[in-house]
This record gives sequence, structure tokens and C-alpha cells, in this order.
Amino acid sequence: MTDAVATDSAPARRRRPRVRINSTLRRVASRPSGAIGLILTIFFVLLALFAPLVAPYDPAAFDPDLVHLPPSAMHLMGTDSLGRDVLSRVAFGGRLALVVTFCAAIIALLWGGTAGIFFGVVGGRIDEFAMRIVDGFLAIPWLLFLLLMASITGGGAWIVIPILGFFYGIAIIRVARAAALQIGARDFVTAAKLRGEPRWSIIRTEVFPNVADIIFVEGAMRWSWMLIAFASLSFLGFGATPPTVDWGLMIANERAFMAVAPWSVLWPCLALSTLIIGINLLADALGKAVGVDRAGDMPA
Amino acid sequence: MFKIIIRRMGFAFLTLIFVSGIVFISVEALPGNVCTAYLQRFAQGPRLEKCIEQQGLDRSSAVRFRDWLAGAVQGDLGVSLKRQKPIRELVGERLRNTVLLAGTSAAVGVPFAIVLGFWAGLRRDKRADLAISGIAMLAMTIPEFVTASLLIFIFAIWLNWLPAVTIVPPSASVLDILPNIILPAIVLSLVMTAHIMRMTRTAVIDILTSDFVEMARLKGVPERRIIWRHVAPSALIPTVNVIALTVAWLLSGVVVIEQVFNYPGMGTLMLQAIYDRDLPLVQAIALIFSFIYVGVNLLADISAALLDPRLRTSRRVY
Repeated sequence: MTDAVATDSAPARRRRPRVRINSTLRRVASRPSGAIGLILTIFFVLLALFAPLVAPYDPAAFDPDLVHLPPSAMHLMGTDSLGRDVLSRVAFGGRLALVVTFCAAIIALLWGGTAGIFFGVVGGRIDEFAMRIVDGFLAIPWLLFLLLMASITGGGAWIVIPILGFFYGIAIIRVARAAALQIGARDFVTAAKLRGEPRWSIIRTEVFPNVADIIFVEGAMRWSWMLIAFASLSFLGFGATPPTVDWGLMIANERAFMAVAPWSVLWPCLALSTLIIGINLLADALGKAVGVDRAGDMPA
Repeated sequence: MFKIIIRRMGFAFLTLIFVSGIVFISVEALPGNVCTAYLQRFAQGPRLEKCIEQQGLDRSSAVRFRDWLAGAVQGDLGVSLKRQKPIRELVGERLRNTVLLAGTSAAVGVPFAIVLGFWAGLRRDKRADLAISGIAMLAMTIPEFVTASLLIFIFAIWLNWLPAVTIVPPSASVLDILPNIILPAIVLSLVMTAHIMRMTRTAVIDILTSDFVEMARLKGVPERRIIWRHVAPSALIPTVNVIALTVAWLLSGVVVIEQVFNYPGMGTLMLQAIYDRDLPLVQAIALIFSFIYVGVNLLADISAALLDPRLRTSRRVY
């Protein structure tokens, strides 16, 4: 995206964004919390990518003779209520959630960011009206909205992508608009306006490069909240559906056997929480690295 | 002052109309209607006709929206498809149970959070602050149903102190329900405490580094007086707003937590209604939740205005 901004200028300018991404990453990693977040996130992405290599067994293969086996050398994390290997299921369990929430985060970033910058630059009545609608949407508790949509569409992982993308994009509109509004008041934007540059070109070359950081950090934070949302939906039965292996679903199904086989619940709990904590720490460190203060945020 | 309150009320009213509009339109946008969605392949002949007549689907959308809202305001929420009963009857005791659960969590969580937030803010970056902030961060990022599962494992299965699931009917008396509230209320107030505490901490730190506190220190005002007279009242203002935001979270969290503990409240009723494809019931519950949320928000707005002298001018446009 940053490349698209720079394509029409000299090669010297083209190199700049890449250098900045590098130094941002270095600043993220220099913070202990950022380094932990980065490591955890990369670990789980790799785990999801290479799940077939990590898993010792077929995650769906069940065996009535192996029900509720405690952790052992054969089954490092034990087996669940259908005799399936928990380690294999934990390895595969993050795949769907990561793909769904990542796609939804991209959608939210694209539409929320575009709309936010647009309203921030255009201002006036349109902006005022749009912000009232945004306020209205934000007045709906997130799970209620998702459940309402799930009840109408019947739920399912792929339907959840646009729903999450749409709903979490609304919160991004607000952030992007506030950022664009602030940049729009700066002298270099006024100068561009006075030069008679068209509005679209001002957005593209003056406003966007300056608000991209903020929107991106917001997107990263929303990503971790979307994971919570998707896991909750799966847990309630509206996200991932049974043949799929998913942590939220595993917790929901094995919860009843927690007294006899706690390992089949505790391992997916640990995996899910660590992933969310990892992304959260990463987003937080990203925010601090690019100078966005995120204190007092709500997962809405 | 009076003007502000009127304006906020007007805004709350508009929000309500908007939210109920979304709840209504999202169901209208369905191909077919609530009856075909409910009856599925049995949606034909006399059954469909009876359902359409009962739900009044022969009226136009606009008329139905108006009647639905007007009915809701008067406490008439329509008829459940699955249970064939007025929704008002189904909701009654469950609403009480949910309010009991959410209210207990808030009554425990909010004061606790404010105290913790002050404690952490006044001891910024010291060991106590790092510990509190770290735990708060964990409580905020771990999904509620995971926290709940862990607590059930520790307190219900391992230590065997508290019941893991609720086995009382919705109509049980408050005294019978109370023991079942402890664990879910702990989970809910844990997450709530984390959010409010973080905001209070930030506010305390902000104000401790502000010019007027600096000024008071230079004048030689004792530290204790600075904290009680200067920091505390100012730090409470942003906290009030977060409390309102937290209620929005609480209403989402309560659905998940009720399901985890099988608690007979609005959340479990809503999920059951979704499993049954009983859309009128889903809509009614969504509407009630939104009413509660907007109401609490309005209250927070007004109390923030009462607490903060700067907000008492009518110039601030909302």
C-alpha cells in the first residue's frame, strides 16, 4: 500500500517506506513486551502453516479405545472425549480462526480506513451525519450484533468474515477520521489545497501516508479482538462448525468432561489465550513504536 | 445544565430509534420472513397462514416497525414463535436474573477497579503497579469463556467450593440463585475491573503530571490533600465514561458467561431463541439489551456533566 503511494515519484522516495517498516519492526522488538508479542504471533502463524508437519496424528481420527487418555509419550497432550489426539487438534485448531479474522481485519481496515479518511477530509454535513450513524452502530453491544447477524444468516465461518469486517470497520472509521481531521488542518495540506490539487490527490499523497500508521495499528488491535469475537462465536456454535478443528469449538465440546480430562480443555484454552495476548502485545508495541497512544481502549 | 441533559436525552432517544431500526431492518432484509425462517420446509398451507396472522405479517414493514416500537415501549414485545407465549412472560424473570448477575458484578467490580486504578496510578511503574497492570492486561485479552472455564476448573472441580453450573429454574427466588451467581460474577467483574482500572490509572497519571497539581505541590499543599482534593475528583470523570462503555461490554460478556454457567438469564434465552430460529424473540431481546445500554449511557453522560464543571455549559455540542 505504501508502495502505491510512492510509485509515481523518484526511486529515491520509493525506498523510504521500506526502511521505515524495518526500523519500526526493530523498535517493536526492542521492547520486551513487543518482542514477546512478535515471537508469539510468528509462532502461531508458523504453527498454523505447518500444522500437518507438527501434528503426530490425524486431528479428526477418533478411536473409542483411546478416550480421555492422560498426557503420555504417545499422546503428549492426552486425548479427548472421542479419543482424538489433543496435540494434533491444538496444532490445527488455530488455522480457521487466523484465516477468518485476518481476512476480516483486512476488510475492516480497507473499508473503515477509506471511509474514515473520506469523512475526515470532506467534513461538513456528510461527515456529521455519518458520525451519528457510526455512534449508533457503536451503541450496539458487539456480541449482540454478531449474534443477530448469525441468527439471520445461520452463522458459519465464511459468513462471519464480512460480518466481522463490516462491524469492526465501523470503529476504524472513527479512528481514521480523527487522524485525517488532524492531518487535514496541517499547513502542508492547506498548501496542497492552495496549489489547486484535486481532493483525491490530496487524500492519496498528503493525508493517507500520514494516517496509515495509525489506521494500521488500529487494525492490528482489532485483529486481536476479532479473534476473541470469533472464538466466542465458535464457542456458542455460530463460528466454526464441527468437522473443522477449532480451539473455541474444542473448548465448547470438551467442557463437559473437564472433571475427567481437563487437558482436553486446558490446552486449547492456553493456545487461544497466548495467541490473543501475543497479537495484543504486538499491536500495543506497534502503536508505541509509531507514537499512537492506546490507553483506555475497549474491545468493542 | 438543564439544556445539556435535554440534549443528551434527545440524543439517547435518536440512538434508540436507530438501534431498533437496525434490529428490525436486519430481519426484514431476510429473503422470506420470520415465519418462513422458522417453519423452514413446513412453511406452507394453514401453518404458514396461521403464523403470518399471529405475527401480523400482512401489514406493511413501516406499520409493523411502528407497532413493534410502540408495543415495546408499553411492554408488549410480541409473541414467541417456538414457545407460543407472549415474549413479555418469557423475559420477565430472566431479565431479573440477568440484572441480578450484571448488577452484582458491577457493584463489586466498579469500586474495586477505582481503588485499584488509584493505587496503581499513584505507584506508577513500581512493583505493585506492574503486577496490577499485568493482571489487568491478561484479564482483558483472555476470552471470557476461557477465563470462566479456568475458574470452573479451579473452584468447582479442583477445590470443589462452588457449583460449576446453575441448576435452578428461571423463576427461583433470589436467595436460591445467589450461590450460583458467585463464579459468573467473579468472571464478569474481573474483566470489567481490568478495563475500568486501566482507565482510572491513566487518568490519575495524567492528572498527577498536570500543571495544577504541580502548582499545588509548589504551594506546599500536603500530598494527602492533593490526592483527595485535586486528583480524585478529576480522575473520576473519565472513569464514569468508561463505566458506561463497560456496560456495553458487560451486556456482551453476560451472554457468553450465562451460556458457560447455564445461568437462566436473557443471554441463554437469546441463544436458545437463535438455535430455535425464533426471530421475534431474538429481536425483542436485542431491543431490551439496547434499551439498557442506551439508558446506562445516558446516566453516565449526565453524571459526568454533574461531576465536571467544564461540561456544564450548553456550548458543548454533542
